[in-house]
Amino acid sequence: MEKPMLSMKNISKAFNGITVLNSVDFSVKKGEVHALMGGNGAGKSTLMKILTGVYTADQGEIYIDDQLVEINNTDDARKNYISMIFQEFSLIPTLTVAQNIFLTREDKTSIGLLNDKECVEKTRKLLQELEVDIDPNELVGNLGVGYWQMTEIAKALSQETKILVMDEPTASLTKKETEVLFSFINQLKSKGYAIIYISHRMDEILEICDRITILRDGKHVATEDCKQIDLDMVIQYIVGSGMDKAFEWKEREYAKDAAPVLEVKNLTVGSKVQGVNFNLYPGEIVGIAGLMGSGRTETVSAIFGTGPKDSGDIVVNGKPVTIKNAPDAIKAGLALIPEDRRVQGLVLEHSVKDNIILPILSKMQKGFFIDNKKANKVANDFVRKLNIKTDDIYKTTNLLSGGNQQKIVLAKWLANDPSVLILDEPTIGVDIGAKTEIVDVVRELADSGKAILVISSELPELLALSDRVLVMHEGRMIKEMQRRDIETEEELQHAIQGF
Amino acid sequence: MQSKDSNLNGTVALGSHTVSRKKKSFDWRDYIVYLAFIGVIIYFSVTLHDQGFVSTDNLLNIIRQTAMISLMGLAMTFVISTGEIDLSVGSIAALSSLTAALTIQAGFGMIGGVAIGLGTGLLVGLVNGLLVTKLAIPSFLVTLGTMGTVAGLAMWITDTAPVPIVDATFNFVFGSGDIGPIPILLVWTVLATIIAHFLLRKTSFGRQTLATGGNESAARFSGVKTQRIKLLVFLGSGFMAGFAGLLYAGRMHAGRFTFGEGDELSVIAAVILGGTSLFGGVGTVIGTVIGSLMIGTINNGLIIMGLDVSQQMMIKGLIIILAVAFGKKAIKR
Repeated sequence: MEKPMLSMKNISKAFNGITVLNSVDFSVKKGEVHALMGGNGAGKSTLMKILTGVYTADQGEIYIDDQLVEINNTDDARKNYISMIFQEFSLIPTLTVAQNIFLTREDKTSIGLLNDKECVEKTRKLLQELEVDIDPNELVGNLGVGYWQMTEIAKALSQETKILVMDEPTASLTKKETEVLFSFINQLKSKGYAIIYISHRMDEILEICDRITILRDGKHVATEDCKQIDLDMVIQYIVGSGMDKAFEWKEREYAKDAAPVLEVKNLTVGSKVQGVNFNLYPGEIVGIAGLMGSGRTETVSAIFGTGPKDSGDIVVNGKPVTIKNAPDAIKAGLALIPEDRRVQGLVLEHSVKDNIILPILSKMQKGFFIDNKKANKVANDFVRKLNIKTDDIYKTTNLLSGGNQQKIVLAKWLANDPSVLILDEPTIGVDIGAKTEIVDVVRELADSGKAILVISSELPELLALSDRVLVMHEGRMIKEMQRRDIETEEELQHAIQGF
Repeated sequence: MQSKDSNLNGTVALGSHTVSRKKKSFDWRDYIVYLAFIGVIIYFSVTLHDQGFVSTDNLLNIIRQTAMISLMGLAMTFVISTGEIDLSVGSIAALSSLTAALTIQAGFGMIGGVAIGLGTGLLVGLVNGLLVTKLAIPSFLVTLGTMGTVAGLAMWITDTAPVPIVDATFNFVFGSGDIGPIPILLVWTVLATIIAHFLLRKTSFGRQTLATGGNESAARFSGVKTQRIKLLVFLGSGFMAGFAGLLYAGRMHAGRFTFGEGDELSVIAAVILGGTSLFGGVGTVIGTVIGSLMIGTINNGLIIMGLDVSQQMMIKGLIIILAVAFGKKAIKR
């Protein structure tokens, strides 16, 4: 049997006492594309960050070509011929392609000045070898996403590299760009590079990878040959058996004959969202499922006016509305709770009360001043209603836990009494206890007659919340499923993979 | 051969079809400062022809008046290219003129004076740099603080009294002298400009300065020691401000706490007018010098026109806002 080029043995890592990786083994052979899969929080990124020296393992060894190596920082990783392709973090938009590729490693003239000519020549040669058509003198900021990625790869290969880690490399690429990237990866493979390929997309993995390793809850679950595995097995490995208690689904009652609150007709955004139609009824919770890049985020931003929209109609409570920006959407009765609530949803330095009344300041005014009595009452009401754990309404929000912050964001939008509430990844970054509470709050809101749209990459969460699930794949809404008809997470996994 | 050719064609075709690449095109906004500078010169040459605006004497005078701003602007170009700012340069120039003058007065000679004057600048630059990099305080606040502290220090050490310098060599070399028809301040300006230009365009330090400002985390990932780069640009800015202090002292034959007062605004304006992006990543040394000359020319023209200081300030402010608004690309980037 062929010996592995890289093997990571017995790797463990904990953050603040919480185990993220539990004695994981992982190995890659020369000339192999090895997929690394697992749900959110399975430990994929942590394992790769240990390999690339961003984190150090608490326990375990890393061998390269049978030699034990120490990787304590990114420099060590580079010395051991390990490179990682970041989504967009390591390129500088204001420098040219050649300047980026050779940054900190530029050729020098005899008197120690930068020899840009030489760098440009080398870059030209490198790009030619890789059969990529990019002008070395072009500013990286002027390149399209696909070329951005290839520049990134070229940069990794410009220094001696044996092991290449790619993290969701196709997430922001079009289909054609993906094809170009894949032929590129095949070429690298034939040149003997070992490639670790992190992705959620099964079709891609089956197309490009030789072997696959699956992690779940920080543990190694399986390593299989891609030829001897099918989608069902992979999904089984990823999902496991035990369902999270926090995410138990309860069938809810709501009037099914009411007129829709929100109608989305033929929504189109370039190639990202293609003719999406759906309705949302009062008291209903609808989930949108899909992989990264499937168009779910773009759909929601187009509806809410925070992202581009090419065509399509939006009807709220039977009236067609024109939504060009977020204030239009709010006026129409929509509310969006963004994914990154710490940045987009809250003024962290302000008190609970100030955050809650921010969107409704105009209603809180008495003449020229803010009516404090009224504001306090509104704030106190929400703290009680949503069970926000805080000493009082004057406490600064950054002192509260993630779950309670999320509830304040909810309160903030509810204060304006919207008829449609859109939640983007509602429980990301909150602890288990708070997750359950948020799920309960969302259900209560639906019970009170609000229509709720949830997008989430965590399928258990979608399954726990939704009455109905819409599945998006490559910009289209390919499936609509009633929650009660979905028996297992596997079914939904199948659907979002586009099979 | 055949297959290789078709292969190449294939990738070229893929490239032009699959990815939308913005075309490189001429953008006049990149050259706004040069156009504006030429415009200003032409305007004053026509309207002030009879008042001697175009005389050699007056043009050399503009160079003399702008030399300090240009020199501080060169170093500031590096600071702003990293995405930082240094508001303390004017105060440093004042303090350095005094420490240099006091040293010379105390009998340590020209060399001593120069060393202490430059050392003063370096020291304040070091404090700025360490506070920004080690304590992670925004440079705007750090240098706002040192600007005040250093200005106060400059007033305090001589109780606001000027300190005369009688060392003729010092006064000649640092400001007052002419080599033939060429003012020594022009020599310093040209010399420093050449060095700064090569430093920014042709050395790793310059490249890493631009990288740090272009995307700091990306630069760090690529192995740039961004904290060190920042420390160095603040040291450089302090040093050049100290040098400008020496030039003020040499030109006026004295050290004085009012030298350099308000210079930080002219310096930053010159850098931004020149085309360096306030958000870092894009910097131009030549642009800075042109920006500085333009501000100097406007000042000079307005004085010849007979406008008083208040009117000069208003017009200068307006021109800066207009120029930056027209060159807005740098800000949107």
